[in-house]
Amino acid sequence: MKVPRHWRETPQRYRMEAGKCSKCGSIQFPGRVICPDCGATEMETVKLSGKGELASYTVIRVAPTGFTDLAPYAVGVVQLEEGMRVMGQVVDCDPDNLKIGDRLTTQFRRINEEGKTGMILYGFKFVPDLGL
Amino acid sequence: MVGIVGYGTHIPRSRIKVEEIAKVWGADAAAFKKGLNLNEKSVPAPDEDCATLSVNAARNAVKRAGIDPQDIGAVYVGSESHPYAVKPTGTIVSEALGACPYVHTADLEFACKAGTEGMYIALNLVKAGEMPYALAIGADTSQGAPGDALEYSAAAGAAAFIVGAEDLAAELVDTHCYMTDTPDFWRREHAHYPQHGGRFTGQPAYEKHVFGATNAILEKTNMKPEDFDYCIFHQPNGKFPVNAAKKLGFTEAQYKYGLLSPTLGNTYSGSSPMGLAATLDEAKPGELILLVSYGSGSGSDAFIFRATERLLEIRDKAPRVRKQLDEHKIYIEYGAYAKFRRKILKAD
Ligand SMILES: [Zn+2]
Repeated sequence: MKVPRHWRETPQRYRMEAGKCSKCGSIQFPGRVICPDCGATEMETVKLSGKGELASYTVIRVAPTGFTDLAPYAVGVVQLEEGMRVMGQVVDCDPDNLKIGDRLTTQFRRINEEGKTGMILYGFKFVPDLGL
Repeated sequence: MVGIVGYGTHIPRSRIKVEEIAKVWGADAAAFKKGLNLNEKSVPAPDEDCATLSVNAARNAVKRAGIDPQDIGAVYVGSESHPYAVKPTGTIVSEALGACPYVHTADLEFACKAGTEGMYIALNLVKAGEMPYALAIGADTSQGAPGDALEYSAAAGAAAFIVGAEDLAAELVDTHCYMTDTPDFWRREHAHYPQHGGRFTGQPAYEKHVFGATNAILEKTNMKPEDFDYCIFHQPNGKFPVNAAKKLGFTEAQYKYGLLSPTLGNTYSGSSPMGLAATLDEAKPGELILLVSYGSGSGSDAFIFRATERLLEIRDKAPRVRKQLDEHKIYIEYGAYAKFRRKILKAD
């Protein structure tokens, strides 16, 4: 039963909520209890823009259960405007035509579903930033 | 005075042409194109559904409205393709927007009219002073049975409207509704595809209700077709809304901006609301817009809006409908379409 875990991750998956250290200003995604840079425990919640550049990626051709219908698809590491790197699926593109440095933005998409009768998991995915 | 403070849409990037569908079923593509004024339709990506379309459209509406989602008092999602049979789409959308937890949500369903249904409720809640803002969304990823005439039109898209009482981009002038029990189209529980009454869906269903609501609101407001700058009628295909407009005394200049179905298809609950969004993309301050939806079963909601100066300020804070409809399209073949729409039986 992964339901409680999915539910706990809602703020980061649905709204890209991150933790910003009130002392040194470093941003962690997902948020943490203790700042890894200065050890402070005062964190405020900030929403990431979801916009950035593709820093690295791989193309999944043999996909795990729940993702087989989407193959081949890209999983990218994206350098966000806020400075940190975030990993996520890159969709609405031909994975073989992706290039490091491509401008990406995020959309709300279906991530996975637990079979035909289980819960549906939603969250952000990256798409090419085409002003759509 | 209440009205629209922000609007936004989302259209999936994939398209399938009428020829591509007709080829598979041995049908006459030219007849569909000419007879129904349909050329292609949008197809949702395999990871898009009513909830995702709603969120992406609503985020564009929030950008235009420039409000804090925490100030939204109600979220209504109108659709006939809610992802769960039991579990609200509205809570997913509210959570993704950051409107939770002090918000009222409901999922609405009334064939293609569920979107304007939400607008009607949202406008009246704000008018009653219950909340500063309410969000109404029409979104669908509709399915027509393989080979059925509906397969050429059933499309995907969403339009979202944030209504409020201040800083209006379009003021609500009036509303009127027209409903009767008319069995022109339905889908029973557990049925994958809907059934419809063929030709019965025309005059006794679509026209009766669209004309009924239009004539009633014109009489109520003492207005004539020529008083309007724009009109939008529900678009199950490209033919019905054009015929309705002409029979009611409207001209092409009035319906051309809101008519999206020839290259979008029928986005069901999103259909006439997306036409309104495309019209707001073009309207000038002071201009009058008539919107009339239609949902099988059956009913029509009519609205009159007047564009304001503020519309010009918010318009370019999110992508316009024609940009989403005309640019960066991805054409797919029937095989990919059948896979995306889960029309292929697979081993469990
Ligand atoms: Zn710190």
